[in-house]
Amino acid sequence: MITSFPKLLGATIVTLKLLSASLFFGLFLGLFFAILRLNKNIFINKLAYGYSYIFRGTPLLVQIFIIYFGLGQIEYLRTTFLWVILKEPYWCAIIAFTLNTGAYTSEILRSAFQTIKPGIIEAGKSLGISNKIIFYKIQIPIAIRQSLPAYGNEIILMMKGTSLASTVTLMDLTGVAKYIISTTFKPIEVFIVAGGIYLFMTFIIHNVIKYLEKKYSFQQ
Amino acid sequence: MELLAFGKTGWGDELFYATLMTIAVSITAMLVGFVFALIFTPLKLSKYKTLNLVGNFYTTVIRGVPELLVIYLFFFGGSGAIMYVASIFGYYEYIEINAFITGSMAIGIISGAYSTEVFRGAIQSIDKGQFEAAKVLGVNKFVQFYKIILPQMLRLAIPNLSNVWQITLKDTSLISVTGLVEIMRQSYIAAGSTRDPLFFYSFAAVLYLLLTYMSMKLINKLEVRYSRGY
Repeated sequence: MITSFPKLLGATIVTLKLLSASLFFGLFLGLFFAILRLNKNIFINKLAYGYSYIFRGTPLLVQIFIIYFGLGQIEYLRTTFLWVILKEPYWCAIIAFTLNTGAYTSEILRSAFQTIKPGIIEAGKSLGISNKIIFYKIQIPIAIRQSLPAYGNEIILMMKGTSLASTVTLMDLTGVAKYIISTTFKPIEVFIVAGGIYLFMTFIIHNVIKYLEKKYSFQQ
Repeated sequence: MELLAFGKTGWGDELFYATLMTIAVSITAMLVGFVFALIFTPLKLSKYKTLNLVGNFYTTVIRGVPELLVIYLFFFGGSGAIMYVASIFGYYEYIEINAFITGSMAIGIISGAYSTEVFRGAIQSIDKGQFEAAKVLGVNKFVQFYKIILPQMLRLAIPNLSNVWQITLKDTSLISVTGLVEIMRQSYIAAGSTRDPLFFYSFAAVLYLLLTYMSMKLINKLEVRYSRGY
């Protein structure tokens, strides 16, 4: 139990790297699609809806497998520069996670945008503030505050999702845990250590989000 | 298209049975989850701190640890644990548990943690007056729960339970690591033998989408049924 701890701790860094990279890209992707969802054009709207529907309706495991095993099959892709990225399981995992969290984030942000009271936007307009500034300085900050609790859940879900990277040969926390279990046959001890690390991360994320919620709450 | 043909030439029938397996595992897991939820929801709502602690421990640990890790625990630790229990009763032969049971138990425990939270939320949002009225009328606790609280709770719980169902359905894809032949495992086998992973994994994605779509339709009907009178 004690000997496995340093190994698992080392693997935690891989997990954290995967998590932060996919959350970073996913947030932008989510914001982009959330804005598309608010577009009045039905075609663009449906496109964004389709994206989030597909990625939320299928398991993350399928998405990783399509990207890691499936895309490599297309001969044309192998000749382009994309292949440099797609042959690495690390980047494939990040792409899959980004697309997945992007879909959930876009839904979270969309509902946050829609709950903004029209009066706030009208107030901005009547003050003669341009639409662009209303969007960036009024709508986005309010939407971010509104979506914090839901986004906190999404971060935790994504942290658990990174464990699937172990299925495409990446040695993240779960990958190393599985390796140690299958070599030492001590599932319970390893589960306690690895699970403990995951729980610790959940605990930290939970508290950071709680702190942010308090900091940016409307009633100050 | 010929890859999906039924019979010996294609993978159609295999994938069809794999889909049925996915549905079977999901339903079993969901039911196992309900059993866990029925045990742990009262614990979480109990007056006693110790019982609260047990309930919170269950939901926090299971919801904070990756599903895959829980499955590995069951997969590698399951038969060991059963054999340990059996050895107490004087049975020392090797026992192997069926992948279906391991998988549905693992997913069931995960699903149960989410269901517990849903039930807790639903019960807490029932008006206090309902409990008091039942008490005043002298209804015993059992009838109070089954005839008064449960019907109201279900109405509030169904939308959230539908989310739990979606999570459970998608989580069953993870059981493929234990070798149970459900959609994911079957696609993996088919992709390996035909060297056409793109097609088979995309097809798996379509199957999952179909399942989530159809279950959404069904659940919406249930929702309408249970909100009669509101």
